[in-house]
Amino acid sequence: MNIKESNTRLPTASIGGKARQYRRFWPVYLMMLPGLIYLFINNYMPLPGAIVAFKQYNARLGIYSSKWVGFKNFEYLFRTSDAWVITRNTILYNVAFIIVNTILAILVAVVLSELTGKRKKAYQSVILLPNLISTVIISYLVFAFFSVGSGFINKSILPLFGVAPVSWYSEAKHWPYIIIFVNAWRSVGYLCIIYLATLMGFDRAYYESALIDGASRLKQFWYITLPLLKPTIVMLTLMAIGRIFYSDFGLFYQVPMNQGALYATTNTIDTYVYRGLLQLGDISMSSAAGLYQSAIGFVLVLGANMLVRVIDRDSALI
Amino acid sequence: MKTREDKVFQALGHTLMTVLSLSAVIPVILMIISSLTDNEALLQNGYSFFPSQWSLYAYQWVFDSNGTVVMRAYGISVLLTAVGTALSLLMTTPLAYGLSKPKLPWRGALTFYVFFTMLFNGGLVPTYINYTSVFGVKDTFYGLLVPSLLMNAFNVLLMKSYFVAGVPNEILEAANIDGASEMRTMVSVAIPMAKPMIATIAMFVGIAYWNDWNNGFIYLLKRTDLFSIQNLLNRLMQNIQMLATNSQQVSNAGEGLAKIPQATVRMAMATLGILPIMVVYPMIQKNFVKGITLGGVKG
Repeated sequence: MNIKESNTRLPTASIGGKARQYRRFWPVYLMMLPGLIYLFINNYMPLPGAIVAFKQYNARLGIYSSKWVGFKNFEYLFRTSDAWVITRNTILYNVAFIIVNTILAILVAVVLSELTGKRKKAYQSVILLPNLISTVIISYLVFAFFSVGSGFINKSILPLFGVAPVSWYSEAKHWPYIIIFVNAWRSVGYLCIIYLATLMGFDRAYYESALIDGASRLKQFWYITLPLLKPTIVMLTLMAIGRIFYSDFGLFYQVPMNQGALYATTNTIDTYVYRGLLQLGDISMSSAAGLYQSAIGFVLVLGANMLVRVIDRDSALI
Repeated sequence: MKTREDKVFQALGHTLMTVLSLSAVIPVILMIISSLTDNEALLQNGYSFFPSQWSLYAYQWVFDSNGTVVMRAYGISVLLTAVGTALSLLMTTPLAYGLSKPKLPWRGALTFYVFFTMLFNGGLVPTYINYTSVFGVKDTFYGLLVPSLLMNAFNVLLMKSYFVAGVPNEILEAANIDGASEMRTMVSVAIPMAKPMIATIAMFVGIAYWNDWNNGFIYLLKRTDLFSIQNLLNRLMQNIQMLATNSQQVSNAGEGLAKIPQATVRMAMATLGILPIMVVYPMIQKNFVKGITLGGVKG
């Protein structure tokens, strides 16, 4: 205890103390430098470039010498129906993901926690596996099922019910279900582990006394497990809400195979920005949409974090 | 004491979990079986779990006629994953260690500098322009390696909390008092104690590099010879898209694969793409679960 105290008092507020601190720590700063520089290049350097959204971009002139056009790019963007469609799609999909994934993950975690037997661990590893598959390969898997000419569903499942083949890749109305399903398939295993870890930390005494009182499993779940899980649910949901303006580019671009006929239900802000930048060469619109996403996304992340902080200091990012 | 309700629950629970586990692997199984199906049989009967005719032709085709293209992409994926993971650890570990030192001047400001990158980013357009016009990574290996994957704030902060909680400052101070330099203290005291965390981060980063297709997709426009296996798979997929939209020929598709690839060959390539993960997964599975739990608690 004594040593600790004298240690903490060593760097006094005097100038000599500060200088000594720097002399001692300069190798630490040096070691930290590559990481700090990388973040500068990858995350900070592009930031001023966001002003490209207010310019008529000309590749020859570069961002800074291109002509200012004020809010014109945004005006164009919001005059199109695209702005509404991509915003709606991004938000609605995220809301659906939050609801579906949370319910499934809790269900699976609760069942897993109550199961006995050796296979418990195996289940957990197997349902986590989809999380390690790249989006490109997931798009192959989806194609094997939904391919119009030779997909498993059109060739093997639908005939069983006497239903005519569906041209999945040109009918937009099916894709909300497909995408929500694929996302759950990929993410539930991951989310379930977090909930399971929380469940395992609960005091068994609650359940034992409930058993003595003769509470059924359903009652135990409703009156003990769920209330105890509430902070975790709230936290994870708030984090997800903070990211509600962002979407997984691969899930919405690769999995529906970038089919124009599906844009009504698969175009999100991220795919829109990508297509504008690299396929259509419409950098002005693309950067306006990108800045719109970053700005609102920033406010949402901050807001969600502030709420988390109010509820539980330790779980907040800041 | 096993009640009747218990037994029913266990039976139902095991059934449910078996169904879920099967649904997690069934698509992968369909992919592997399709890759071992005769192409004609596949076109006739569709992708099927019980093909009317098995065949190794797809793998022969991949290795014989296009061995160089596929093996090259495989090699690039391996190189990318190895170099990327090593560099990432070399940058993440010291930065996290530094941020964990309670007495480091400017520690709070530096932590915020790292953390802020999680809150706000310039978006794809400025990032793309920055990397291509300032650093010229377009059509180079650096285009695969550097953008966004090399280090991220989340891993830094995760490792930082591990250093704070798992490596007592008293031990580091003691090493320091014994005359060890800061560098020495980190390398021979702190890092050995943080091994489990470093292994977890290495695994996260390694998987991210192996599975990444985004960088190649954005930054490799002409140099298809630099494609990783994921980019090659992606290009094959684009060829199907072209087919579906009845568009003109694909320009500069990966050399030998420019022709429209056959269904079974695509599945064989996808199987090869997933293979390393399948092989490694049983070994890293425990660590992976632990990593998710640690990460899930914080963010």
